[in-house]
Amino acid sequence: MIDTALSADVRAGRLGHSTLRPDGVAKVQGTFQFSGDLTADGVLWGATLRSPHPYARIVRIDVSGAWKITGVEAVITADDVPGVMTYGLIDQDQPVFASDVVRFVGEPVAAVAANHPDACRRALDAIVVEYEVLQPLTDPEKAVDGSFEAIHPLGNVFRQQRIVRGDQTIEGPIVVEGSYELGMQDQAFLGLEAALAVPDAGGAGVELHVATQWLHEDRKQIAACLGMADEQVRLVLGGVGGAFGAREDISLQVHTCLLALRTSRPVRMAYSRQESFLGHVHRHPCRITMRHHADHDGRLLRVEARFVFDGGAYASTSSAVLVNGITHAQGPYKCDNATVDGWAVRTNNLPCGAMRGFGVVQACFAHEAQMDKLAAAVGLDPLEVRLRNAMETGDRLITGQVVESVAPVARLIRELAAMPLPSEPVGGHDLNPMRLPGGAGRTADVGNVRRGIGWAVSIKNLMYSEGFDDYSTARVRLADGIATVKFATAEVGQGFVTLAGQIARSVLGVDEVVLDQIDTQVGSAGSTSASRQTWMSGGAVDGACRLVRERMFERVATLHGLDPLGLVIEGTEVVDTVSGLRLEVSEATAGIEFDETFEHHHRPTEDLDEFGQGNCHTAFAFAAHRAVVDVDPELGLVKVVEVATVQDIGRALNPLSITGQIEGGIAQGVGLAVMEEIIQLNGHVKNASFTDYLLPTFLDMPDVVIGLVEEPEPQAPLGAKGVGEPPTVSSTPAVVAAIRDAIGKDLTRVPVRPTDIVFG
Amino acid sequence: MSVLVPTSLVDALQALAEHPDATVLAGGTDLMVELNGGHRRASSVVVVNRVPELCTWRHDPVSRTLRLGAGVTYAQIERDPIASLVPGLAEAARTVGSPQIRHAATIGGNVGTCSPAGDGLPVLSALNAEVELVSAEGVRSVPFSSFMVGPKRTLRGPGELISAITVPVVDGWQGYAKVGVRNAMVIATASAAVVADSRRGTVAIALGSVGPTILRCPEAEAHAMEHADFGERRLAPEVVSHCCELVRLASRPIDDHRSTAAYRRHAVGVLAGRLLRRAFPNE
Ligand SMILES: Cc1cc2nc3c(=O)[nH]c(=O)nc-3n(C[C@H](O)[C@H](O)[C@H](O)COP(=O)(O)OP(=O)(O)OC[C@H]3O[C@@H](n4cnc5c(N)ncnc54)[C@H](O)[C@@H]3O)c2cc1C
Repeated sequence: MIDTALSADVRAGRLGHSTLRPDGVAKVQGTFQFSGDLTADGVLWGATLRSPHPYARIVRIDVSGAWKITGVEAVITADDVPGVMTYGLIDQDQPVFASDVVRFVGEPVAAVAANHPDACRRALDAIVVEYEVLQPLTDPEKAVDGSFEAIHPLGNVFRQQRIVRGDQTIEGPIVVEGSYELGMQDQAFLGLEAALAVPDAGGAGVELHVATQWLHEDRKQIAACLGMADEQVRLVLGGVGGAFGAREDISLQVHTCLLALRTSRPVRMAYSRQESFLGHVHRHPCRITMRHHADHDGRLLRVEARFVFDGGAYASTSSAVLVNGITHAQGPYKCDNATVDGWAVRTNNLPCGAMRGFGVVQACFAHEAQMDKLAAAVGLDPLEVRLRNAMETGDRLITGQVVESVAPVARLIRELAAMPLPSEPVGGHDLNPMRLPGGAGRTADVGNVRRGIGWAVSIKNLMYSEGFDDYSTARVRLADGIATVKFATAEVGQGFVTLAGQIARSVLGVDEVVLDQIDTQVGSAGSTSASRQTWMSGGAVDGACRLVRERMFERVATLHGLDPLGLVIEGTEVVDTVSGLRLEVSEATAGIEFDETFEHHHRPTEDLDEFGQGNCHTAFAFAAHRAVVDVDPELGLVKVVEVATVQDIGRALNPLSITGQIEGGIAQGVGLAVMEEIIQLNGHVKNASFTDYLLPTFLDMPDVVIGLVEEPEPQAPLGAKGVGEPPTVSSTPAVVAAIRDAIGKDLTRVPVRPTDIVFG
Repeated sequence: MSVLVPTSLVDALQALAEHPDATVLAGGTDLMVELNGGHRRASSVVVVNRVPELCTWRHDPVSRTLRLGAGVTYAQIERDPIASLVPGLAEAARTVGSPQIRHAATIGGNVGTCSPAGDGLPVLSALNAEVELVSAEGVRSVPFSSFMVGPKRTLRGPGELISAITVPVVDGWQGYAKVGVRNAMVIATASAAVVADSRRGTVAIALGSVGPTILRCPEAEAHAMEHADFGERRLAPEVVSHCCELVRLASRPIDDHRSTAAYRRHAVGVLAGRLLRRAFPNE
């Protein structure tokens, strides 16, 4: 399905080819060095003391007991932070260590370094923190209506934003409305947070090896807290075992550096799974109400919506998540009139920030449920109502922004509808009880099961928004036919290390590409998030390679008396299209080095105004999903049988890599649909372990059928759109729509729990 | 922490006699999770998975019993020859964890932990299994139903080792089913075992995860037995429905983060009904 015609006649290792990951074998064989595996001579272990309370005043901290534990080399609290006391991606409101008030369960209060993890544990146990426990704010509506005292000096509302567009009085002859809710999903990457900090002699600086998504932004925040200049802090990417947004914020970075500088020794920190659940931001829980007005043909007249995102204790990226959510309220559909109100608020729940889909997952769950309701209300097929409203290039969003991206929404829907349904009957052809809802629990017989089909379509912005220039940098050197590529792009599993080589080989006509260490010794690459690195860092590597190629062509032209404009790369040769002269790239670069650096910037964007109007987004990608589920209505158990998808990708630069992104994204979407949720009771986390925070297993993962729509994106440097987020955005609503189809109930919350199916 | 690895039952018992507060480690799939999570500390550990006497099993066709050494793994139980002797326990074994877990996890460890969610336990309860305990002082045998006294609480004394579990080899149908929120690798939110002994004409129903211990359902069992046709494997639909109701009444579930009491009570009735229907496919 995936091996497009493009890859068949493409040279191995070049763009369009399903080149394998350079680190793939090492990862499968267990020899890849993840950041948790890093160590150094004389290394100490670091550990963090965390708040057991969602909201409390710190009356007293007594660390003297920790110093009495053998092996302890450092004990630090807020008093030991030399620079600014707080950090954050957008607003710096999160303390390195809480000093006066703790605002969520798991908030760091102190840290220790010792010669053994056991000594760390005993030292943490020996620190006495006296708390005055306060009543926590856990209901986000109380932050919206202002009925709860401010739990932070900056108040309880991170951002409020409206979108008001068009005729505010239009009422449809057809009106459908609903209230929707999404629980808190965790990124649940397998490689836990880990870092190794190595101090420079005399404390002049520090080198931090860390699994992160954005080295330069980390450096900026770390340096500020350490009271150092950026140059004094060098970051090197440690092996990353997944990210999905959870590594965009600071977690253990500052603590590890502080301990290393304090002890003048290397310090490693590594979170446990439980700590990881508390120590990074999550997907925002969200409550949404929507009212769609349409004419009798099912054409949208107006969308009204209200969003409340629970951002938890600290700001992180809540304000940007909010804007993403509300600006995608219409979905991939034409709609001229809209009234949207959105809040992102502070509570004493776990902090929330970036997670794959970034606010759009929430919007899509609601608008797709609404489109199904609309279809039912006008008596149309769910696909027909979507086709009638399908967005096209040139349409305006409810922000007034014109969609200039390729927008093949109708084509996605038609191609998805044309895909055959799974031929497998309930339980499979050979009736394997494991394939029934309940799986290995063997709860169902075929007669207990009903099948359902659901559809969902999405629009997702690519890159950063609202005026942010999230550029990327790459440096390329070419000598003796070998290209060396340097960038600070965090490889978190998405495969940029594969793609960078493919770009260099294609542009420069080389077979051998060396990837330099990923660190801060080159300009920023921006974050590995927002589906942006293929576009942004791909653009940077492509740009740097083109500069180098120009230099090489100029030299060949000078030496051979040719016009450089007539030169092209074919295979591993420089070819003059005029004279037919052919020269191996290795010859053309023998004994000489070309070295160029390039920054790729996307076109500028704007802030939203008070009515939510403005060209705030850079570009968009679209996807359509169809889910087939088997449901046991009596027990409320679900087996997702298949998810088929057609995705707008621009151009398949590495079809295998795209398959990986799509399958993985669907796994996360299925997880949110039927099981993944961090459960908090009055601010206390009930399931911070993989025993009770359930991720889909092999038996829960559906078969995935993939269709790619390749309409090259003119704005994108390589014609390719980001593919990481769309699979997660509309797979969740497709699965829930399929469950609704099977049981005929209004499921308005994800994850859908057995109780919702049985008693809902 | 001292770790002792005896290679005979005698050595194991001596090790336990010398360290009465020692923690026993079999497959480690419960214990290591607790130790690593800091929920439990061990000053000394006696490893029993290299004790040959604990890892064997014996079928006695005369007494029609199967004696499973405590160290027999779920991977062994889910396959023949054991699976055909105790198909209900094999069915339960297949619901446990993943293949990796089943290769390490032992039946003795499941009984040693004695969680109300232990998947082997409802079947052992429904089969009236006997738990054999051995110490330097001697051997004793306790019915499983009295061995388990509460959630993760048992009659096992200090210095005692679970040496074996003995179950009858029954004619007739037996099976197990468990509800969890995902399709594999999940802790039961409700589970049930049914054993229909066609030679004795008895029906046993046992429930997991819906009470502090594994629960039997005497009223439902009696009602089913009274109306069942074991030869024809026939049970009327209204009898099945009534049994489901009696099962729900016998359950004592709680609300927690995994589920609600109302759902557990509902689900355990559904499971019992479906298992009875599998035992008696004809209406
Ligand atoms: C990922 C995962 C998934 C799991 N899934 C399931 C599941 O689906 N269903 C389920 O029921 N369980 C499950 N478990 C729990 C566990 O696998 C079972 O309870 C298993 O039967 C325990 O056996 P073990 O040999 O590993 O016991 P251990 O962990 O070695 O021991 C368990 C307890 O019993 C004691 N003990 C062990 N052997 C003896 C003995 N001979 N005499 C006296 N005391 C003894 C130990 O001291 C300890 O307290 C899972 C565990 C994991 C890690």
